[in-house]
Amino acid sequence: MLCETPSLSRRRLLGLSGSLVASAFIPHFASSAGARDPRFIAIILRGAMDGLSAVAPLGDPDYAGLHGDLALTSSGDVAGLKLDSFFSLNPAMTNFFRLFGKGQGAVIHATATGYRDRSHFDGQDVLESGYAGPGRTDSGWLNRAIAALPQGQMISPRSSLAVGSVAPLVIRGQAQTLGWAPANTPTPGDDLSRRLLDLYAHTDPLLGDLLRAGLDTQKLASGAMESMNKQDKPGDMVLAARGAAHIMAANDGPRIAALAFDGWDTHENEGGAKGRLFNLLTGLDGALAEFEQGLGESWNQTAIVVMTEFGRTAAINGTEGTDHGTGTVAFLAGGAIKGGRVIADWPGLKASALYQGRDLNPTTDLRSVLKGLLGDHLGLGQQVLSSQVFPDSASARPVLGLISA
Amino acid sequence: MTMNASFALQRFGLGARFDLSASDRTAMDQDPRAALKAELVPEVAKLDSPDLPSSAEALVAVMEQQKAKKAMREEIAAAAKPDIAAANQPMATAPQPTPSQPTDPSVQKMNVQRDIFLDEAQAHFNKAFTDKTGLIERLVWFWSNHFAVSVTKGQQVRATAGSFEREAIRPHVLGRFVDMLMAVEQHPTMLFYLDNRDSFGPDSKAGQRRQKGLNENLAREIMELHTLGVNGGYAQADVTSLARVITGWTFPNLSNDRAEPGKFIFNPNAHEPGAFKLLGKTYAAAGQAQGEAALHDLAFHPATARHLAFKFARHFVADEPPPNLVDKLTSNFLTKGGDLKAFTETLLTADESWDGAAKKLRQPQTYLIAASRALNLSPDRPQPLLGALKALGQPLWEPSGPNGFGDTQADWASPEGIKMRLGYASLMASQSHVAGNPSEILAQLYGDAPSPETKQAVARAESRQQGLALLLMSPEFQRC
Repeated sequence: MLCETPSLSRRRLLGLSGSLVASAFIPHFASSAGARDPRFIAIILRGAMDGLSAVAPLGDPDYAGLHGDLALTSSGDVAGLKLDSFFSLNPAMTNFFRLFGKGQGAVIHATATGYRDRSHFDGQDVLESGYAGPGRTDSGWLNRAIAALPQGQMISPRSSLAVGSVAPLVIRGQAQTLGWAPANTPTPGDDLSRRLLDLYAHTDPLLGDLLRAGLDTQKLASGAMESMNKQDKPGDMVLAARGAAHIMAANDGPRIAALAFDGWDTHENEGGAKGRLFNLLTGLDGALAEFEQGLGESWNQTAIVVMTEFGRTAAINGTEGTDHGTGTVAFLAGGAIKGGRVIADWPGLKASALYQGRDLNPTTDLRSVLKGLLGDHLGLGQQVLSSQVFPDSASARPVLGLISA
Repeated sequence: MTMNASFALQRFGLGARFDLSASDRTAMDQDPRAALKAELVPEVAKLDSPDLPSSAEALVAVMEQQKAKKAMREEIAAAAKPDIAAANQPMATAPQPTPSQPTDPSVQKMNVQRDIFLDEAQAHFNKAFTDKTGLIERLVWFWSNHFAVSVTKGQQVRATAGSFEREAIRPHVLGRFVDMLMAVEQHPTMLFYLDNRDSFGPDSKAGQRRQKGLNENLAREIMELHTLGVNGGYAQADVTSLARVITGWTFPNLSNDRAEPGKFIFNPNAHEPGAFKLLGKTYAAAGQAQGEAALHDLAFHPATARHLAFKFARHFVADEPPPNLVDKLTSNFLTKGGDLKAFTETLLTADESWDGAAKKLRQPQTYLIAASRALNLSPDRPQPLLGALKALGQPLWEPSGPNGFGDTQADWASPEGIKMRLGYASLMASQSHVAGNPSEILAQLYGDAPSPETKQAVARAESRQQGLALLLMSPEFQRC
């Protein structure tokens, strides 16, 4: 479970934010000559990303009023990046904007899983397990997709990948996986540290003082190395993606993998065109750029899907943030993506159109997007997708045409 | 007074296990004292497995390994020397040079002390992980730390620290202190660790022949640490007398053909002859029995009772334990002749033991094992826990000295230590094998006891992992 020696090797950290977990076998489709050799990467953003600040519906007349100080604008010193006549991208995501421009990035908006309550834990379980409701944590949809593919040769036994008992739920299950993590000490995340300091402030000031002192020392030690943000760590996402891309670029490297990034639960001081969410999106955007560069020629056959358990309230709350909501965005990126589009059946942000009067109403089932991707990109049949990979999802029809021919 | 299952498990045990049933919790809530007292069964303290060697077997393995390695080194050294006789022979008749014996890699790689240590560590962790309340293991850990040995002393201790605990501590945690004391001070691991093997009566036959004398190390620590305590009213002359009366307490090595290697023996040839005065009482020459008589009196000494009572109360109740509790324990120890079951029952029964907020900080081993129990992180391999214990400053069976690991908040509450705890909390949370959301797990472990702030922090976490990490770092979990 923990670490082996004081010097804490990588394999002990599997499952932490930013670690890569990959299928241990190359699916058979990749080994036949001339065949497509697709790569698929699922990135989970834990904490619920604010889709309305990531991709802003500037064309919606109710947006600016609801999202208040967090709202993006079409002009000013930090204007949104214009995706089309209606949507603009958070200015943090310059790389994705470039990919979008050359048809290698797409946005799905007003999307959500079938889950309609607002618990992170249950929401993440549904997102990652692929089941219709919470309560099933024995396997994830990506693992079951891997299991449904014809199993080819084992990926190269490389020292950087290790069998780990811990993997994000999305890729956990019967099909064997291997993992890699960029960090080499169990360093607590900033968001976790902040929350614990807050708890100690009210319950145990002594432990609070000690922890603060310990974290300050750590900052001094690492401050010179990385230009890391004070609150969250975009640099961590970039480093994780760099390592993951390097591993996946090899001819005998893994084809299917998952990563999870934490820290998206922006209840306070979320920021809009700058601030906390901006920094998180900068990290995500940098991670996508790392994959583009690191995967080299394989990038052309790569599809990355970035998703989160649910969205956040359309209106901002009393602490310059947003609370748990429903509809949000998913990002698709990669040379295999038929991009340059925001795909949305836009429900509008009028009070009457909001889900339960507070959230962006989800109009696209995220499972439809994933079924379309897995079908077109990995060649999985819709029968398998609707029964094994996403059980009880027959009503969620696949979104076709997300992969370029 | 906080009399419920959560408090009982936190203060006296290793925390609730992930599979603690609601009915067990209810039963424990109704009478936590009775529930804990029902755990005081000597059988539960035992840890025996056919896979684990006895200390004697482990010591023999270490000594045989040392012998094999020495032989190999000598062989290599011999091969490196030019063969003068061969060089003087005419070429034609010179024997073909023997192809240099490649060093046997299996001998080079032999590390029996490590292999045994890992097996012992695994058994040690597994016992704590599976035990119902952890009360008995806490007792074992307390007494084992009271009679601390350290694996850094040498291969002999690394190979036997686990069997020392199994042989000298576990059988007596609910028995008599005098028996534990005797078992410890006659155990090869302690005799090696505190140098009594090297102590010779200056006027003994062996001492005269080898011009060797006393080593007071063990005698001093017996009085200062194991029995009377540093302020227990003894003087240097008493230490010297005790050192003299336990000379000859040793264990044989392989070359001794008159005794079983690796097992305690009394060697009369190394024993200082004569009668000696210790704490005002004269102990007549009686061979092995002379030292045993001295230890026996130390075990029942009022200063020993008070020393142990204070340490016991400090360990389980408060860094500055209530004087009334120390008095109760002291008096119980003296009237019951050091019956450790009665001693433990006194601790569990005293009102003072249940008073006040949990202000102690869990030690790293308690923290990590409690977290493993809470999140069903079965210790399938010992290495991860060993590494974490080392990183958190409490490497298994490796205190910095014979006084063992410290037992107050000041010993553990460092900025680096708390930050590391958070790192491990996050890591363990990511590996949890317990279903349910963090709020449900918090309720499973602590019922309604947690503060509203902790409940809220856990409930509002942005992920299951974060929620569980906050749970593991909450004052409820860290304090005891």
